[in-house]
Amino acid sequence: MIGTLKSLWAVGLKLFAPTQTQGYPEVKPALAPRYRGRIILSRDPDGQERCVACNLCAVVCPVDCIEVVKAETVEGRWYPETFRINFARCIFCGLCEEACPTAAIQLTPDFELADYARSSLVYDKPDLLIAGKGKYPGYRYWDVAGKTAPPNTDPKDLAP
Amino acid sequence: MSGWLVILASAVLIAGLLVAAGVFTWVERRLLGFLQERLGPNRVGPFGFLQWVADTVKLLTKEDAPPEGADVIAFRLAPALAALPILAGFGVVAFGDGLAIAPLDMGVVFATAMLALTVYALVLGAWASRNRYALLGGLRAAAQMIAYEAFLGLSLMGVVLIAGSFAMADIVAAQKGAWFILVQPLGAVLFFIASLAAAHRLPFDLQESETDLVAGFMTEYSGMSFALFFLGEYVAILLVSALAVTLFLGGWLGPWLPGPVWFGLKVGAVALLFIWVRAALPRPRYDQLIAFAWKLALPLALLNLLLTGWVVVA
Repeated sequence: MIGTLKSLWAVGLKLFAPTQTQGYPEVKPALAPRYRGRIILSRDPDGQERCVACNLCAVVCPVDCIEVVKAETVEGRWYPETFRINFARCIFCGLCEEACPTAAIQLTPDFELADYARSSLVYDKPDLLIAGKGKYPGYRYWDVAGKTAPPNTDPKDLAP
Repeated sequence: MSGWLVILASAVLIAGLLVAAGVFTWVERRLLGFLQERLGPNRVGPFGFLQWVADTVKLLTKEDAPPEGADVIAFRLAPALAALPILAGFGVVAFGDGLAIAPLDMGVVFATAMLALTVYALVLGAWASRNRYALLGGLRAAAQMIAYEAFLGLSLMGVVLIAGSFAMADIVAAQKGAWFILVQPLGAVLFFIASLAAAHRLPFDLQESETDLVAGFMTEYSGMSFALFFLGEYVAILLVSALAVTLFLGGWLGPWLPGPVWFGLKVGAVALLFIWVRAALPRPRYDQLIAFAWKLALPLALLNLLLTGWVVVA
């Protein structure tokens, strides 16, 4: 009996407590830079595509939503002819970003991907490739890849 | 009142009650939201006020098909039976001095009888659904109604003894000196608990307890049939609130404002209390619910009646 009244009183007081609701479309949530949202393809500091079409992201993808078709430049460097992500399938796990050796594929804090048709959720290379460098501004894969590191180098310093 | 006037007044009252029940669902959702540190529906219209209109439109356009193997006639009849008696019960409620559509001498008995009739709708709907969850809900509804109607009637007998009448207008007039909640505090508390059960509200909504029975007796209902059950429940809250106000809170009596305004304000306040109780209290186990009714509430109601009778006669 006393417990019932106590609980009534405690819940009644909540009427004057501040609400925890965030008014989402008007008030945007503050998301961390590492939030796993829409996927992009980034570029080098000198404006080159970072992606080398190694296909690791497509292999590691647990839902098979990435399709990469390799092509080769005249110098023999690989680049993706097709890079397609089906966001209707993507689960935003971030494994592609972890697998990427060149920090090309990155997840961004944008989650507003809703659309009216499934076909418009298939993003092709022009939809994915951005002009900027993404999360790793100074990183250029070819500066660190295929070279002998000086002795006593911490391998972590070579990562993006 | 003449025949046509009664029909007109009834139509106005029913329309008013439908709107009031709709608005009450919005009030409940908003208030429940704030009690749980949420905002509740706030998108449709100013402060989300038109949410109940949107809900009604949605329910009207939804498919409403009886399940396979159901008793279709009973299945269709049950929702109508859930809403109609409650609306009829409002006929005897005195909204102001002389403001009642049917000022019956047995007004209180009529209103409680109409409340009790809704259990037929629940059991019928549960039986017709051909669903074991629904049937369990219907069984619970029947047992709960028997247990709680018994002391609902007894708890208000004290008031009737003091007022010397079953008519709502006479009971309100007898409270000119002091509201009966001061004279009959035990009766008021028991009546409130019983009215929670009579209106099938949390914590006494065992017949539709969604945690163990999906949705109880209305598991198989959708669309407008569901809406009618829902309407019956919400109008029942307003009816028991109106009864509580008439019996214990002085009805339309009050200073400055006109009688019907006082009546409306008091009914609103009691209805808000229902929402508050819903937010605060957990649902008891089924045997606890029935044991409370027979072993504690009924003896207390009888004791209250005995003492009141002793005081009135002596």
